[in-house]
Amino acid sequence: MIRSAVAVLAALATAVLGAQLARAQAPAAGKISGDVVRIGVLTDMTGYYSDLAGPGSVTAAKMAVEDFGGKVLGKPIDVISADHQNKADIASNTARRWFDEQGVDVIADLVSSSTAGAVMPVAAEKKRITLLSGPGTTEFTGDKCTAYNVHYTYNTWAMANGTGAQVVKTGGDSWFFVTADYIFGKSLESDTANVVKASGGKVLGAARHPSPGTTDFSSYLLQAQASGAKIVGLANAGADTVNSVKQANEFGITKKQHLAGLLIFLSDIHALGLQAAQGLYATTAFYWDMNDDTRKWSKRFFERQKKMPTMVQAGVYSSVMHYLEAVKAAGTDDADAVMKKMKETPVNDFFAKNGRIGPDGLHRHDMYLVQVKSPAESKYPWDYYKVLKTIPAAEAFPTVEAQKCPLVK
Amino acid sequence: MIQALSGQLLVGLINGSFYALLSLGLAIIFGLLDVVNFAHGAQYMLGAFAAWMALTYLGIGYGWALVLVPIVVGALGVLVERLFLRRLYGIDPLYGLLLTFGLALVVEGLFHHAYGNSGNAYPVPEALQGGVSLGFMFLPIYRAWVVLVSAAVCGTSWFVIERTRLGAYLRAGTENPKMLQAFGVNVPLMFTITYGFGVALAAFAGVMAAPVYQVSPAMGSSIIIVVFAVVVIGGMGSILGSIVTGVALGLVEGLTKFAWPEASGVVVFVVMALVLLVRPAGLFGRQR
Repeated sequence: MIRSAVAVLAALATAVLGAQLARAQAPAAGKISGDVVRIGVLTDMTGYYSDLAGPGSVTAAKMAVEDFGGKVLGKPIDVISADHQNKADIASNTARRWFDEQGVDVIADLVSSSTAGAVMPVAAEKKRITLLSGPGTTEFTGDKCTAYNVHYTYNTWAMANGTGAQVVKTGGDSWFFVTADYIFGKSLESDTANVVKASGGKVLGAARHPSPGTTDFSSYLLQAQASGAKIVGLANAGADTVNSVKQANEFGITKKQHLAGLLIFLSDIHALGLQAAQGLYATTAFYWDMNDDTRKWSKRFFERQKKMPTMVQAGVYSSVMHYLEAVKAAGTDDADAVMKKMKETPVNDFFAKNGRIGPDGLHRHDMYLVQVKSPAESKYPWDYYKVLKTIPAAEAFPTVEAQKCPLVK
Repeated sequence: MIQALSGQLLVGLINGSFYALLSLGLAIIFGLLDVVNFAHGAQYMLGAFAAWMALTYLGIGYGWALVLVPIVVGALGVLVERLFLRRLYGIDPLYGLLLTFGLALVVEGLFHHAYGNSGNAYPVPEALQGGVSLGFMFLPIYRAWVVLVSAAVCGTSWFVIERTRLGAYLRAGTENPKMLQAFGVNVPLMFTITYGFGVALAAFAGVMAAPVYQVSPAMGSSIIIVVFAVVVIGGMGSILGSIVTGVALGLVEGLTKFAWPEASGVVVFVVMALVLLVRPAGLFGRQR
């Protein structure tokens, strides 16, 4: 009953908006469709990922537009946002409505893999661009690649590879995994295990915990402790990782062994506090306190958001900026022309140096192996990471060939 | 082998102590008021958050929080009982369940909005930091403290309810409130205090949990399902049942984590299903 009423309403709305729709969709060659460039930030505003993306991602997109001058080719730039609640159907419906009724040209962020996976085909069908910053699945520029997608900030391959290979090189050559028992955790574990073995390390075992729903990790951590491995790899995310790290510290594991987080964001470290998180290895695409450029931008972000940016939020800014530059260079917001420019032009800003977007849509840029500071080493608020190593773009991400994106012949 | 097993059993005992502490409050409220308190997880979360706020904003440490937080959160419980729950006595318990479930969603939503999802860290109090090596495992002192305190609180509660005059009134009130009132006992007040006490127990468990788990809005909803299973297995409303089952299930879970880690999330519910097949009223419950 309610369903059919909704359907009727939707049909009515579509009919009423028909005229507007036609106007929004008519692309005048060499011009800006609808006389406005509209950027939609579709992200998790209130759920699990709202601290690492969410409102901060919206702020980052708005900052990019302001820094760009608010106008491109004489037309205004507009930012709208919505909460996809990490649900694939809400994400794809919102995207469809944005494209059809509101003339959205580009969607940024899409923080979970399920939502990004649902929106990408819709965008490709409508010839609009997606700029993924939040999600990690490597397939977005592999099997599932589209001609209108850029995977901008990181993927799980880069995380596994960065932390796995680099930690082995610094001497952490025996590993035990604490893994979230579902597809994400298992693939993160197997990716990392392969890298560890390929780099000459050993994998001594793994303990898999149910997720979500596990709050006490002491059993799994005791197994990790008993294994005697030098490195305990945490193949989980979010609250699971935070509780694992906290309890590893409590059980004295970090006295003899080191933790390696395989998907860690600055917001996790902030939530944990340095006392618990110290010594943890992680790979990140961005850290606010690396150089003057990163500090300058991050402090401006901090003034607005009262938090330092995560790599996802910095990636949203950089990707939106790169998009706007491409619109300007192409002289149009036509998606094909803009994508061509985005892939031709290297990314050079505070986020990436000589970043390149490949034909598969993957943005290959330097990544950083970091270690969390001890409370004594931290001199000021948000002074959390020691950057141990820059992982050059060519090593940090899989090659175009390895990605096997069907679009690339 | 034996070493690893002893470690897991000890961890199971620690978790079981938490389960017992949480299910105790739930069992008291159900046993005496016939209310299925779905807000228990949210009240536990409130306890942890209140401890964190006391420390962060007021500089009140763990020791005082252990005393003050249950009183404050318990008082909120009293308010809830007076304003809302009271109107639902005597009708289908389903209404109480729905009300408390709704309250839990509202409270969790508010904290989510105000504090985000990642939560906050609460440090282990200085006097209880560190740990001792037992040979087969490293036992953090704080975890040992949890076991002791939980045993003391559960024991005292059981004693008060089952062995004192006050407890006798309470039990009589559940059997026949009208008769008890006829003897001049203020039954509505007794119900209010009981609910407040149950809520205070949840908040107390929250303070105990704060140094161990991340203080986050979702912490209650992730543990409450298991705690409900504990109460059902123990027999809805049985005080002793909830305590014994809480500890026992912690141990069963510990064993499972040793033998088959992937199954540790379900084992509690498998036990629940088996127990319900054989004894529908739960291990310690009586048929109503």
